[in-house]
Amino acid sequence: MAGVWVYAEVTSDGGVDTAALEILTKARTLGGELAAVALGPGASAAAGRLGEHGAATVYASDDEVFADYVAQPAAHALHHLVEKHAPELILFATNYDSRDIAGRLSAKTGSPLMSNATDLLGLDRARTAVAGGATLVDVALEGSPRLVLVRPKSFKAEPSGGAAELVPVDVDVPGELRLAKRVERHEAAASGPRLEDAGVVLAGGRGLGEAGNFKLLDELASLIPNAAVGATRAVVDAGWVPYAYQIGQTGKAVKPDVYIAAGISGATQHIVGMKGAKRVVAINKDDDAPIFQMADFGVVGDALKVLEQLIDEVRSRTGGAP
Amino acid sequence: MKHVPDPNLPVELDGGRLRRDGVQCVLDPGDEFGVEAGLRLVEEHGGEVTLVSMGPPAAAEAIKRGLSMGAHRGLLISDDALAGADALATATVLAAALGGRDFDLIIAGVESTDGYTGTMPSTLAELLGLPQLTFATSLSVTGSSVRVDRQSPDGYQVVECPLPALVTVTAGVNEPRYPSFKGIMAAKKKPMEELALGDLAVELDVRQKVVQVTQAEERRAGQVVAADGDTAGRIADLLAEAKVI
Ligand SMILES: Cc1cc2nc3c(=O)[nH]c(=O)nc-3n(C[C@H](O)[C@H](O)[C@H](O)COP(=O)(O)OP(=O)(O)OC[C@H]3O[C@@H](n4cnc5c(N)ncnc54)[C@H](O)[C@@H]3O)c2cc1C
Ligand SMILES: Nc1ncnc2c1ncn2[C@@H]1O[C@H](COP(=O)(O)O)[C@@H](O)[C@H]1O
Repeated sequence: MAGVWVYAEVTSDGGVDTAALEILTKARTLGGELAAVALGPGASAAAGRLGEHGAATVYASDDEVFADYVAQPAAHALHHLVEKHAPELILFATNYDSRDIAGRLSAKTGSPLMSNATDLLGLDRARTAVAGGATLVDVALEGSPRLVLVRPKSFKAEPSGGAAELVPVDVDVPGELRLAKRVERHEAAASGPRLEDAGVVLAGGRGLGEAGNFKLLDELASLIPNAAVGATRAVVDAGWVPYAYQIGQTGKAVKPDVYIAAGISGATQHIVGMKGAKRVVAINKDDDAPIFQMADFGVVGDALKVLEQLIDEVRSRTGGAP
Repeated sequence: MKHVPDPNLPVELDGGRLRRDGVQCVLDPGDEFGVEAGLRLVEEHGGEVTLVSMGPPAAAEAIKRGLSMGAHRGLLISDDALAGADALATATVLAAALGGRDFDLIIAGVESTDGYTGTMPSTLAELLGLPQLTFATSLSVTGSSVRVDRQSPDGYQVVECPLPALVTVTAGVNEPRYPSFKGIMAAKKKPMEELALGDLAVELDVRQKVVQVTQAEERRAGQVVAADGDTAGRIADLLAEAKVI
């Protein structure tokens, strides 16, 4: 029986990375026996959620070593499981840790690893989108296990109501793999909705001129329920806003009902992160900006002026309450 | 480091792959941060920066650019049989070329501008038995250990490990220097080693192939208007239609 595995990142309170649930949902349609692998504190507690989304089996270890040390212990444990159970296909979400783990596993198993998949077409075939999503490339994979990194937000997570059998992972991680140690964490979940879950995304680019002008987007977001502020890499690299704001190829994928791009040119690496938006509004002073090619409503003008007017307009329509 | 089609020019595709021949290529802008990071470490601690690339003969140009920034020597692995190599094949070749050499740190970009698989470095680290610190937004070496701020979705983590190790750097880790005229002249005399597949004991087989290329349904442009007194009202109407306000 063909085995399809989904590697799921978990949090210590038993939470599961949404992208893993999205991938499980899609993987249910591929045929084959579906399992999830979860490593680190919270893994066993996550089995319920993983089962609800289609995993028949959850291989789990709550060992701290997987959270304390980057990539090597998890790749080691996965390799151990692969040798024991011989899955055909292992799916990972394109996340920081998963990407490193998948890369290492590819070396251990000698299997091909496909990155940036946006769709899964079968047990040995996946699709990726290039040129900002304009061209779809289908790739056939050989060997076993085949490894695929899937972009978050490629599918919608939907529970199927199942329950998983929890199989504890019993693997010894040798000292020589306990090298890259996390010594500090500086991570703060932003207030308000998470960018990737927001119904309205207000994104700013270099055209906003300076860091301080992001407060216009913050103010607008405070007037709209379920709105979050995002940014391009150009302004993240410039230090205007934290990396957590970045939308695009190396940032987050968003799929809001409305996406407003203020002072954003529309580079392909940005577009891949937001082209799933239902409606796109673009404000740019250059009428040739590529972002207009995919905007439902484009405004040629100064983003700062338009945002100020929009804040007043929304405030007057909603009475100021979000 | 990688030699890639100039990202400032429009992308040209050839059967689902990036066209590389006859296209203006440059040192991957993402790799300039890596070169700069290497140079700064050597300025602080001594030692040498060697630039390593696998690619067509023209990739020597990318190495030359890094040499003119101040790196010390180049190593180019070039072979017709390597055209279209995937991340695993690239890592296998680089591991074969680097294994047995004496180094403290391998620095790569987080992802290449053209291929952006983002997995080559961790596969390489595994093949060489090294720990990897990826997504570094800052990097320092003290004694025999390396420490980075590692970007994460909600902030950053500080991660450290003993040398030798592999680090990938993000844009933002530093401000890469421009080659000086003196640097450009000096680069011409710097040593450049060249290897072909036959010099390395590796076997490769390609197990990922493109089977179909289709055009996605394009999002169509809507209306584009010049900003005027009605603009804010019209955007607000759109928000109301979408039932988000
Ligand atoms: C490997 C790789 C990965 C990348 N990943 C990402 C990613 O994940 N996300 C991402 O966003 N980018 C990414 N990029 C960068 C991307 O290529 C672009 O450089 C970036 O998106 C540009 O950001 P921008 O639109 O803010 O800036 P610019 O391209 O500089 O555009 C600024 C725009 O503002 C307009 N403007 C100026 N003043 C005003 C004004 N007063 N009012 C209105 N408009 C104004 C200008 O006309 C221009 O169109 C990546 C690049 C590479 C090579
Ligand atoms: N052919 C290559 N030769 C040398 N370094 C490479 C090569 N391909 C990728 N790299 C390095 O690995 C990083 C990630 O590449 P990729 O996995 O292709 O996205 C790049 O930023 C480079 O630093």
